[in-house]
Amino acid sequence: MRAFSDLLDNLIYTRSRNGKLRLISDYLKHAPDPDRGWVLAALTGQLDFPTVKASAVRNMAMERVDETLFKLSRDFVGDTAETVALIWPDNPEGELTEIPSVGQIVDELAAVSRSDAPKLLANLMDRMGSNERYALLKLATGGMRVGVSARLGKIAFALAFDMVVEEIEEVWHALEPPYSELFAWGEGKADRPDLTGVPFFRPFMLAHPLEDKKLDMADYVAEWKWDGIRVQVVGTGRETKLFSRGGDDITPAFPDVADAFKSIGVVDGELLVRGEFQGGEAASFNALQQRLGRKKVSTKMLAEYPAFVRLYDILFDDEADLREQTWAYRRDKLESFVPKLDAERFDISAILEARDFDHLNEIRDGARDAAIEGVMLKLRDSPYISGRKTGLWYKWKRDPLVADCVMMYAQRGSGKRSSFYSDYTFGCWTENGELYPVGKAYSGFTDAELKMLDRFVRQNTLNRFGPVREVEKTMVLEVAFDSIHQSKRHKSGVAMRFPRISRIRTDKPAAEADHVATLKNMIT
Amino acid sequence: MTNAAHWIEPHPHGIYIKPADAWIDPSRAVSRALVTHGHADHARGGHEKVWATPETLAIMGLRYGTNSGCAVPYGDGFELGGVKISYHSAGHVLGSAQILMEYQGERVVATGDYKRRTDPTCAPFEVISCDIFITEATFGLPVFKHPDTADEIQKLLSAKEANSDRCILVGAYALGKAQRVIGELRKAGYDDPIFLHGALEKMCHLYQELGVDLGDIRPVMDTEKEAMLGQIILAPPSALNDRWSRRLPDPVTAMASGWMRVRQRARQRNVELPLIMSDHADWDELTQTIKDVSPSETWVTHGREDALVHWCALNQMKARALEMVGREEEDD
Repeated sequence: MRAFSDLLDNLIYTRSRNGKLRLISDYLKHAPDPDRGWVLAALTGQLDFPTVKASAVRNMAMERVDETLFKLSRDFVGDTAETVALIWPDNPEGELTEIPSVGQIVDELAAVSRSDAPKLLANLMDRMGSNERYALLKLATGGMRVGVSARLGKIAFALAFDMVVEEIEEVWHALEPPYSELFAWGEGKADRPDLTGVPFFRPFMLAHPLEDKKLDMADYVAEWKWDGIRVQVVGTGRETKLFSRGGDDITPAFPDVADAFKSIGVVDGELLVRGEFQGGEAASFNALQQRLGRKKVSTKMLAEYPAFVRLYDILFDDEADLREQTWAYRRDKLESFVPKLDAERFDISAILEARDFDHLNEIRDGARDAAIEGVMLKLRDSPYISGRKTGLWYKWKRDPLVADCVMMYAQRGSGKRSSFYSDYTFGCWTENGELYPVGKAYSGFTDAELKMLDRFVRQNTLNRFGPVREVEKTMVLEVAFDSIHQSKRHKSGVAMRFPRISRIRTDKPAAEADHVATLKNMIT
Repeated sequence: MTNAAHWIEPHPHGIYIKPADAWIDPSRAVSRALVTHGHADHARGGHEKVWATPETLAIMGLRYGTNSGCAVPYGDGFELGGVKISYHSAGHVLGSAQILMEYQGERVVATGDYKRRTDPTCAPFEVISCDIFITEATFGLPVFKHPDTADEIQKLLSAKEANSDRCILVGAYALGKAQRVIGELRKAGYDDPIFLHGALEKMCHLYQELGVDLGDIRPVMDTEKEAMLGQIILAPPSALNDRWSRRLPDPVTAMASGWMRVRQRARQRNVELPLIMSDHADWDELTQTIKDVSPSETWVTHGREDALVHWCALNQMKARALEMVGREEEDD
């Protein structure tokens, strides 16, 4: 456990990517099994203890510490695990009798019931110093915040055992922590893990934003960019699974789609739901959200929001790996693959017939469909490559909508922004001259702007409601958002999709900010 | 909210002592100012008349070019408008004082900033019994428990040993923290020269003139890059990520501050080696001090005042937050 907590601490304070890689690969080389496997899982976000949740940690802390003092501390520190690790009373007998190993701790966390989880954590914490407590809580509840992506973890593994990271990516999603087969393979003690018959995720090919580039439509092909969620459908004939962007298995939330896929192959597309208002066509992201994140779906849900996948690529046709082939070749294969599928659940994303780039621009501007976010541009000759590689795929979103809003409330951020007031609720005017909140944003500004906004909040606080500060209604923020929808949950009646601060309008008086009615006119 | 000490009025920009027509640590220019210590958020320039310890006056003289004030050594008293006023050491930085005011049988102590643990560069905090205790609360949350200073100094020395091909750049505030880091290093038996950013030189020299031994300190400016390999260098925090640090041999960035206790705070400043060293009382010191002083009422000037006031209520002690403005959160 000590080696893991040292690793975490060193990662937090190491800025350079190479420095982080060195730390992780050293650890993976020298730590024993299964500890290193569990740590790799923790760093790459693959560890989950369903009975041990942040709320258990919070409740446990509040048995030892006054609730108000805990909340004020949490608000200041910006991270529950760290707050608890710091606030936990030190053992008066000094640290550390024996601390169990990572492997032992993982076994205990995995076996514990929901009701015993707080007690287990408390017992462990009583035997630890503040750094180990922190590591324990991070291990138990996830969210390492050490600036290590899943990808970096895999690169570190490759570095430790002198392998090629793509080979690890290829098998990664078929393996479970603590990855003993992977380490055995890395150390040359076993062959490459056998994946026959296992439906597993292959990393997606991703797009760069187009920005101001112009492309030659002789080289590129265009499709709509659908506003759903990216999904990979993997069928082995025996089993079908759906994976989301990060490789999460989302099959349980979409049994209607998974059950309908009877073929063998791996296809890539956009998961959407059919909307009543859209005459059975693809509905907005809002409708899809009803179905997301559910472990079980009711029959009512399935009937009201039927899901389907609009396919745009094929990675495996039956057993044949098509990823080395050109887009044009794969498109041909996809066009013969899709008609064999259930038409209710699977269709094909159409190619946009653009004469040239300017024409495409016109087509893009003309799109007012709720489920369209913009257009995608794909190089006709390109293979299917995992990750984001310049020049192959571009996304060209519709220009965002903007509105001038007035800052109403602010809250402190988490992580890198801990203790800065970085989360802003903003509003627009009603006909009666009242401000109604219309959204919340915590991005889009530079570090310097954040400092300025933080200072504004501190110096213009009207009221404090726990962690929330109400501010003087004088700061106008230009807010950009991808779309806006009707919402019954909000007093203003509207909800923005992906709002972010696009400009700080210190030049604009609050009275000249936009009206809620203006926002309602932007609803598609 | 309180009927006690009606002759003292807390205002957002300072504490006003009515019968004396004087302000404690006012954040704007006034005719009569009682200054607890030399940090800029407590000692501002432009007052007509200033009462402070001789050391604080010297520090203000260095910063604002004027030191035409009345020097009040620790333990000495004087009278102003019928209020008996005396200064007592606060243990925060050189010259820092608590101000004791006695009027119509009531005793009020304003601490300014303070800490309880030993500091080789200033006199220790003195517990003064009083009716109303006006305290700071910079680190007034139970997550703040400053570790042993000696252990933090050892961390710094180990990092120095492990990085003979680099140098250790320690960010430390110019008044107080920088000299304390040097003083603590000397106390730990470290005799090598310590190199200083230009912004720290004058204050360190003033400390030396006032009798604080800092050993061999040298300006970075006159030193060759190679000569600083494996050495300890001090700079104000603002210089850590500045162009200035490029003249140093591959520095390991350290920072000496109580805020370093919170990991994400250290990350915000790109600190590789956090040294948890504060010139303010931590949570245990704040609460212990209130118990030691045992006032009938505690007023909290700045910092995490809600938490400290709440703690007082939990312990059946009367307390209120003053909501002062303009106190820097980061001056540690």
